[in-house]
Amino acid sequence: MPEVLSRHRPLALLAALVVGQVLLLAFQIKRNSNVRLIRYWAAEIVTPGEKGASWTFGGIGRLWSSYIGLHRTYAENQRLRQEVGQLELRNQELESQAAEAQRLRALLDFRDAHREAPMIAAQVIGGSADPSTHTLFINRGARSGIRRNQAVITPNGIVGKIVEVSPASSQVLLINDRDSGVGALFADTRAQGIIKGTGDPDPVMAYVVNEEKVHPGEVILTSGEDRIFPKGLLIGTVASVKPGYPFQAIQVQTAARLDRLEDVFVLLSEHELTPKADGGSGDVAMGLPPMPATAPIPFSAPATSATASPEKSAPAAQTSSAASAKAVPSSAAAAKPPASVPSVGKRP
Amino acid sequence: MSYAFNSGIQSDANVEVHKYYGGVVTVVALLAIIIQAFLHRYGRWAEFADLPLLVTIYFGVSKRNPVSGMMLGALIGIAQDALSHDNPIGLYGIAKTIVGYVASSVGARIDTEHPVSRFALVFLLYHLHQFVYAGTERVLLNRPTPFFSLHLFVVSLVSAAIAVVLFSFLDRLRRQS
Repeated sequence: MPEVLSRHRPLALLAALVVGQVLLLAFQIKRNSNVRLIRYWAAEIVTPGEKGASWTFGGIGRLWSSYIGLHRTYAENQRLRQEVGQLELRNQELESQAAEAQRLRALLDFRDAHREAPMIAAQVIGGSADPSTHTLFINRGARSGIRRNQAVITPNGIVGKIVEVSPASSQVLLINDRDSGVGALFADTRAQGIIKGTGDPDPVMAYVVNEEKVHPGEVILTSGEDRIFPKGLLIGTVASVKPGYPFQAIQVQTAARLDRLEDVFVLLSEHELTPKADGGSGDVAMGLPPMPATAPIPFSAPATSATASPEKSAPAAQTSSAASAKAVPSSAAAAKPPASVPSVGKRP
Repeated sequence: MSYAFNSGIQSDANVEVHKYYGGVVTVVALLAIIIQAFLHRYGRWAEFADLPLLVTIYFGVSKRNPVSGMMLGALIGIAQDALSHDNPIGLYGIAKTIVGYVASSVGARIDTEHPVSRFALVFLLYHLHQFVYAGTERVLLNRPTPFFSLHLFVVSLVSAAIAVVLFSFLDRLRRQS
């Protein structure tokens, strides 16, 4: 027997191993034993390796996840950039709409604050093709009741007057044009003069004698003597003053931004715009300064005016537009001191 | 049969017996068990590569010594049983002991260096392993474990394919003669 075993040693060993394990199995089944010692040592031997494998594979997994995450982040970043671009565009659009709404609201407030004065809102649709002239076109014409020499204003201040009328549009001569002339007075001193365009962006106030004390920042209003602009409308403020001969050189900063007009009002009459205590934000009636407490300056038409005061008393200037057109001082006429010069520069 | 077993007693003189650096067999066997246990945490696809079985076959056919082959198979199998939750110790042990013995006996007789022969050998030994395992379970535990199924067939093919790659990697651990 030992000889057989030694000759077939591997086979015998195999049989022994198999039988041994079968017996082990049978023992476990019979006794319902768990052979805990073997399991314990097997776990003890393998656990450190498993920990290492877990750490290694976990690290690789995390690295891979990070890479994938980074890749996704990049894609998401691109998408968000696109979204931000679109939102910025949308935001600009909304801001533009909000600004327009605010502007229209201001116009509406102004219109509501002066219901007694007939006026019509118009949009600026174009400018002058000639750079030396300061005119613009509005989208209202004869069909809307627009006539020549009607005043064009904004809630901030006066703009100009209607010089040409077609059925559906009109041309406005801005107050800084060479051919423009507007009767004006200082809000504080009531000294009078004429706002004239020079071709530059800012007009000047002419015919103010050197004896008159004028300070930068002083408010200038319409005097109403041109029979186009009702008395008391804001024109602008004194930008600079220089003594001259025989009159001071007064540079005026217009209250209305003449270079960025979008919506304007055309006054259909010379009815005075009375200030409202609650007429809007800021100045009275959206930019118009409060009327002085003193009595208004009596109307005195310029000497060049062919027609006199009778039409001035008419509340609806539409009827007197043709006549009042002649009352507008042309550049030539405005260059001369008006007949009422004695009153210019004097306090009322 | 007896010739086949007897032939394993001594390796064929024409077949080269490979030797490995010290500790390589132990480390690789341990790694196989650890990785297998680790991979089981990530789902059923880990069963497509029975690494302990592949290592048993590899070292069996390489060392061409039935005693060391069956001993390695028994140890790996018992370790695998010990790490399983509900397997009685000995199920994998018996199967891998027999596979280790057969692998080393076959390795002593035929060339197992070619990828095709390795593929065929692993495919056949996989089914032998399954046969012994299922037989033991059926007889001793009364569990209806299948001897063969389509799933097992696919798994055996995948395991054989993995073995071709794994064996060529393990070949690099051989000590140069």
